[in-house]
Amino acid sequence: MTPLLEVRDLRVTFPGTGNEVSPVDGVTFSIDAGETLALVGESGSGKTLTSLALVRLVPLPGRIAAGSSIRFGGTDLLALGPGALRQVRGRRIGMVFQDPMTSLNPVLTVGDQISETIRAHFPVSRAEARGRSEALLLEVGLGDTAGRYDTYPHQLSGGMRQRVMLAIALAAEPELLVADEPTSALDVTIQAQILALLDQLKSSRRMSVLLISHNLGVVAGRSDRVAVMYAGRIVEEAPTDRLFAAPAHPYTQGLLASLPRLRGPRRPLKAIPGMVPRPEAWPPGCRFHPRCAQVMPQCTSEPPIVAPGEGRWSRCWLGAEGA
Amino acid sequence: MKRPPGGLRLAWWDPAGRVGVVVLGLLGVAALLGPALLPDPLAQPDILGGALLGPGAGHPLGTDHLSRDVLARVVSGARISLAVAAGAVSLSVTLGALVGLAAGYLGGWLDAMLMRLVDAALAIPRLFLLLIMIAIMERIPIGVLVLTIGATGWFGTSRLVRAEVLRLRAMDFVRGAEALGASRRRIVFRYLLPNVAGPLAAATTLAVGDVILIEAGLSFLGLGVQPPTPSWGGMIFDAKPYIISAPWTSLAPGLAILLAVLSVNLVGEALARPLTRRNA
Repeated sequence: MTPLLEVRDLRVTFPGTGNEVSPVDGVTFSIDAGETLALVGESGSGKTLTSLALVRLVPLPGRIAAGSSIRFGGTDLLALGPGALRQVRGRRIGMVFQDPMTSLNPVLTVGDQISETIRAHFPVSRAEARGRSEALLLEVGLGDTAGRYDTYPHQLSGGMRQRVMLAIALAAEPELLVADEPTSALDVTIQAQILALLDQLKSSRRMSVLLISHNLGVVAGRSDRVAVMYAGRIVEEAPTDRLFAAPAHPYTQGLLASLPRLRGPRRPLKAIPGMVPRPEAWPPGCRFHPRCAQVMPQCTSEPPIVAPGEGRWSRCWLGAEGA
Repeated sequence: MKRPPGGLRLAWWDPAGRVGVVVLGLLGVAALLGPALLPDPLAQPDILGGALLGPGAGHPLGTDHLSRDVLARVVSGARISLAVAAGAVSLSVTLGALVGLAAGYLGGWLDAMLMRLVDAALAIPRLFLLLIMIAIMERIPIGVLVLTIGATGWFGTSRLVRAEVLRLRAMDFVRGAEALGASRRRIVFRYLLPNVAGPLAAATTLAVGDVILIEAGLSFLGLGVQPPTPSWGGMIFDAKPYIISAPWTSLAPGLAILLAVLSVNLVGEALARPLTRRNA
């Protein structure tokens, strides 16, 4: 079976002082139909830029470098013209952004915003679009009060707005939902509600989901596979349970060690020293080596890709030692 | 982000704005109904005996040097001044909004070209631009006057709109609409334009005051509204020789200009105040 989305060697470049910089530098992953892939990494690792590149919305003056490939259901997204691209945006790939406070148009009612997305993609009447929008509001758990269709975003709480965002993203029945930090701006209790809703919508609609988060805890129970991103590259990818049970890359190990645990002996949380370097200052070889606790001399040259098990790989010299 | 209440309501909530709305409303009503109730502003009933009469019965604001009723001329001039201002500002705001939206949203070479053009135009004083254009045309029907004033008034507006569009374009709800397949037209007219409406309304209102002054200035110089059609600027020019002997002939149109511009600016500032507060 060919995957629904296949991203190969994606590079996003920006003109820098002197040389171009590539905040996304050779990202390769795929998502099968009905599957949820989590893309995890710290701020500045290139997660959001990767998601924007999927629908060719890289902010100027950035651009997707030649040699990148994004195939979606057999279509080469990088070869599409503006009209065909709009048929994909929203219709086949839906998106939810991080901050529900700024992702809704303050001058349109929430109902209008859902209806507009429906009418942008389906030839239906206003009344029909309104009917579908009301059904969507019900589906995302906002149908309890009459007149919700006619409320403005400022009348809703953050969690309710994120539900509206989900309704808008789902309005054109996309095959893939890209959720970029969908809960990071919400209170913890609301986070759980929204994530549960996302799970429920995913299974009722049989969508694929690309769940982007900086929080491993968020993706733990809700993804089939996890890809860990660091400094513009995916450094490890594995089925979610395997990744949590036996992380292969020292960066992933560091991320997991920095998570608080309920069970097991009490121990201090381990922070990874240092910060993600800026794209213009990425070190040679493995980009994590200056912060790595297990650094070796060969880490300053390009690490090999090793596959410690079925369906998983990591980009590290550690696994290559024995080979 | 809270959606601001509608324009008129906003001005009404502000004490100074409320004064502006009331005065402007009275001026508008006078301009609409006055000419029907007052004497003919062009009639010269008695040039020999009835010229430069002081305020009194029959002529509440007196008469001018041609025995015309000053009140009738001020009210009729209000009609012209307000109509010229409304027409010119509608034109300049439309042009400015379109240019600003195009430059800000489409960007690239179009943006660079339009903004350099605006820079160049803003470097020349507006009155100077107008004098050049009017000098080229020699005779000036009111329609052309409106077009000319409108065509020289959009530069600042386009900059304002462009700056707002650049700010909005980076916001998630605009990027989100793009990510969900919204057409450019929908982005521009449903997402960008309504969200610049607040600052645009404030700037527009203030521009009305400017245009009233510009029209009065041009008419005073004899380059605006042509006699015998009454206009405030033209009336002050006509009254110049009698400024001491019959001060009401220049005071009345002068006060009218003052009231109109002041009330318009009060409304404009009332509209702008919450915007500056929000950005502070």
